[in-house]
Amino acid sequence: MKAVELSTVASTFQEIKNRAESGWQELWHSGKPVILVGTGTCGRAAGALDVLQAIRDEIGRQNLDCHLVEVGCMGHCYAEPIVIIAKPGYPPIAYGHVNPVIAERLIKDFILGDNPCLEFVLGALEKNELVPSFSEFPRAKYEKKVILKNCGYIDPEQIDHYIANGGYQAVAKVLEMSPEEVIDEVKKSGLRGMGGAGFPTGQKWEICRHARGRPKYVVCNGDEGDPGAFMDRTILESDPHSVLEGMVIAAYAVGARRGYIYVRAEYPLAVHRVRVALRQARELKLLGKNILGSDFSFDIELFQGSGAFVCGEETALIASLEGKPGIPYHRPPYPAVNGLYGKPTLINNVKTLAYLRSIIENGAGWFTGLGTEGRGGTAVFALAGKIVNTGLAEVPMGTTLRQLIFDVGSGIPDAKRFKAVQIGGPSGGCLPESALDLPIDFDSLRDAGAMMGSGGMVVLDEDDCMVEIARYFLEFTQRESCGLCTFCRLGTKQMLEALDEITKGKGKIEDIDMLTELAEDISAGSLCSLGKTAPNPVLSTLRYFRDEYEAHIKEGRCPALMCQELIAYYIIPERCERSCDACVGTCTVEAISTNKKRIKVIDQEKCVKCGTCLKACPPQYNAVVRLSPPDQVPASE
Amino acid sequence: MVSLTIDGKKVKAKEGEKLLWAALDNGIYIPNLCALREAWLPSASCRLCFVEVEGKDSPVTACTEPVKGGMVVNTTGPKALRLARTAAELLIASHPVDCAHCLSSGSCELQKIAAHLKIKLKTKRLRKITRELPIDSSSPLFTYDPNKCVLCGRCVWVCRERLGIGDIGFAHRGFQRVVTTFADEPMAKVRCRECGECVTVCPVGALYFKDGRGSNPIIKED
Ligand SMILES: Cc1cc2nc3c(=O)[nH]c(=O)nc-3n(C[C@H](O)[C@H](O)[C@H](O)COP(=O)(O)O)c2cc1C
Ligand code: SF4
Ligand code: SF4
Repeated sequence: MKAVELSTVASTFQEIKNRAESGWQELWHSGKPVILVGTGTCGRAAGALDVLQAIRDEIGRQNLDCHLVEVGCMGHCYAEPIVIIAKPGYPPIAYGHVNPVIAERLIKDFILGDNPCLEFVLGALEKNELVPSFSEFPRAKYEKKVILKNCGYIDPEQIDHYIANGGYQAVAKVLEMSPEEVIDEVKKSGLRGMGGAGFPTGQKWEICRHARGRPKYVVCNGDEGDPGAFMDRTILESDPHSVLEGMVIAAYAVGARRGYIYVRAEYPLAVHRVRVALRQARELKLLGKNILGSDFSFDIELFQGSGAFVCGEETALIASLEGKPGIPYHRPPYPAVNGLYGKPTLINNVKTLAYLRSIIENGAGWFTGLGTEGRGGTAVFALAGKIVNTGLAEVPMGTTLRQLIFDVGSGIPDAKRFKAVQIGGPSGGCLPESALDLPIDFDSLRDAGAMMGSGGMVVLDEDDCMVEIARYFLEFTQRESCGLCTFCRLGTKQMLEALDEITKGKGKIEDIDMLTELAEDISAGSLCSLGKTAPNPVLSTLRYFRDEYEAHIKEGRCPALMCQELIAYYIIPERCERSCDACVGTCTVEAISTNKKRIKVIDQEKCVKCGTCLKACPPQYNAVVRLSPPDQVPASE
Repeated sequence: MVSLTIDGKKVKAKEGEKLLWAALDNGIYIPNLCALREAWLPSASCRLCFVEVEGKDSPVTACTEPVKGGMVVNTTGPKALRLARTAAELLIASHPVDCAHCLSSGSCELQKIAAHLKIKLKTKRLRKITRELPIDSSSPLFTYDPNKCVLCGRCVWVCRERLGIGDIGFAHRGFQRVVTTFADEPMAKVRCRECGECVTVCPVGALYFKDGRGSNPIIKED
């Protein structure tokens, strides 16, 4: 009986795969040009839909025969909208910062003519003689794409694209393994949860498999509420089937027949693409009753979350799925034993699930071999802040922060100095320059006072005040705290008030001790991890940048010249070019006047510290400066 | 029944029962505000009942910790006391302490907790951060002063789960979290049956009878 079943699975899948592959061959080798347009949320925000329309119009006008495909995000968000053109006789070339005018030219000059418009090139997808390829970029040396591999290269709304690129092969494979074997493989891979806590995935699966309740559920956590994080959104938009495939594998391993994919409603495109993916997977019997003809059945329902940050916490997420307010409850019992409707529930993050197909396909050994120095797998980061290449990057575990920021991210713009990197979002911490050679992994980051979190990474430069950064994140957590428990509701409020006063120069030196003690108690005493991790930005900045706190408190000075109440704008008389009037007109409150010597002077009483004059003063004079504390402004004024 | 040791005293309790009740039933007080014996899920929100259990690295909340035979509990260990004290301090720092004019003075559990933990009702280390929400005296029976509320949730639970009415609930997040009626209607406008149950469970002076009846908390364990 078993043998018959196996061949059913394999042959059913082979048929699906053959069809998908021939479609893929047809797309790339039919002799027609292929045009890929990135229409993920980042592309759309930069105008990708207009570009798409312009291309479509131009193709129509010229009556061209070519394939036009919408794809997701390839991680180079700084260069969106991105268009990739593969014309026979040329390597596939990616163009960045495309607008409708450029798009029209690409069609006219390159598709119709033979000019590949090198001035708009971002890079080629393959090595060639004509243009540098992505693989020759400095960052390519450090990048290793596993879960971002398909992103930006396949149409997320065509399941065949996914299957032709090896998709659902792992489902066919696990159906021929025992659930224990699957769990064993995941355990051996050392995969850890990417949702923040980094709990070993295989171990969680084993607990859920052995839990007694029935039925069991698998839940994909796609709440992604961290400000500045968008990895999960990108994967759901660009390669949704990889997540669904992970859920099927997980369900088979733990013995679940029903799953939920929780996506925040603020991600309409992700919601749409997941919905399409679910439908297409069901049509091919990759979901639903008797998957690929086996006796394993599993289906997934899409759930649109309210999108509050705390709803991403697993117990709050369960409450929310049950239709209750998204408020955490005490663990244990852990969801793997007693979760949704009191039943064993496996909750995994989008990225965690997306890794599974590759682990099953290539084996645990391959996965552990990806990292360096005994650290397995890869990590995905959303690079933001003061960094040249904003966007997504996937690097092997063990890559150093320096390589990630300076080689992959191309460093700090405007020749500014690196100051710190905030990792892990509001639950994470700020690491200084001395931590740049730290190899990235769960434990090293935690020991240094930051956190892998969900992979948000904000780079800060000399113009960023560390007290203000801590205050900003704490303001976020205080607002997003569910307010249930005392430490998080009132403790973070106390900390926020203190930080607020410090940034205004009204802090007391005792506040530093108070902040430290309270931070420790909030970490130890809060009910859920939102509260437990909320003090991290404060603790880490106190650990590495205590001098900045002290400067604010003792001298009323903001070393980064960022805190509004602690700075003054001042025009250095010696630098002011008397005949220039650039600043005077820009000041909205008319605080700048001209004195007898025709030198411009700021009336400190009137100045609202908007900083327009500083930008208006021509760089060759550079006469407007910020001074801190404000009483640095000479009294003669 | 199994035996366990709390503060050096040998006591007996049902296995799996929450430690808080085992302690209270044996005359050992552990500060608490949000715990209700009837509730099937502990709210675990006030964070006052921290105790130290031998073999565990960090303090645990007694309201969520199941009793096990042979366990050794210390309600006055330094780590547990520090957390309980900070939690109480935080509540007091955001409570308009006006005992002289408060009808609940004497039966107020916050006063009792402060005394038990040996902390002052005057805020020193922390900042006084209170709210100025309107007081609702529309009900003929009782007054509701949300500024004094410690958000223990007893009234909400009693109204919804014990009485099945559900007139009051929580709204908003973070520091703004508040017990209120649907759409913030005044008490007199909702289905309130004026049973006064919520008033009797309120541990502080947030809900009090207009006729001055002492709003004694239902849980008088010591
Ligand atoms: C405040 C808070 C927010 C969270 N948000 C998310 C989230 O958006 N996505 C996510 O996968 N996990 C989030 N988590 C972590 C989850 O509780 C849980 O650990 C995770 O979904 C488990 O999946 P993993 O083992 O694959 O990481 C959050 C946790 C906390 C405390
Ligand atoms: S730690 Fe914060 S978010 Fe978590 S239960 Fe407590 S109040 Fe709610
Ligand atoms: S009104 Fe009283 S009983 Fe209700 S939550 Fe507030 S303190 Fe608790």
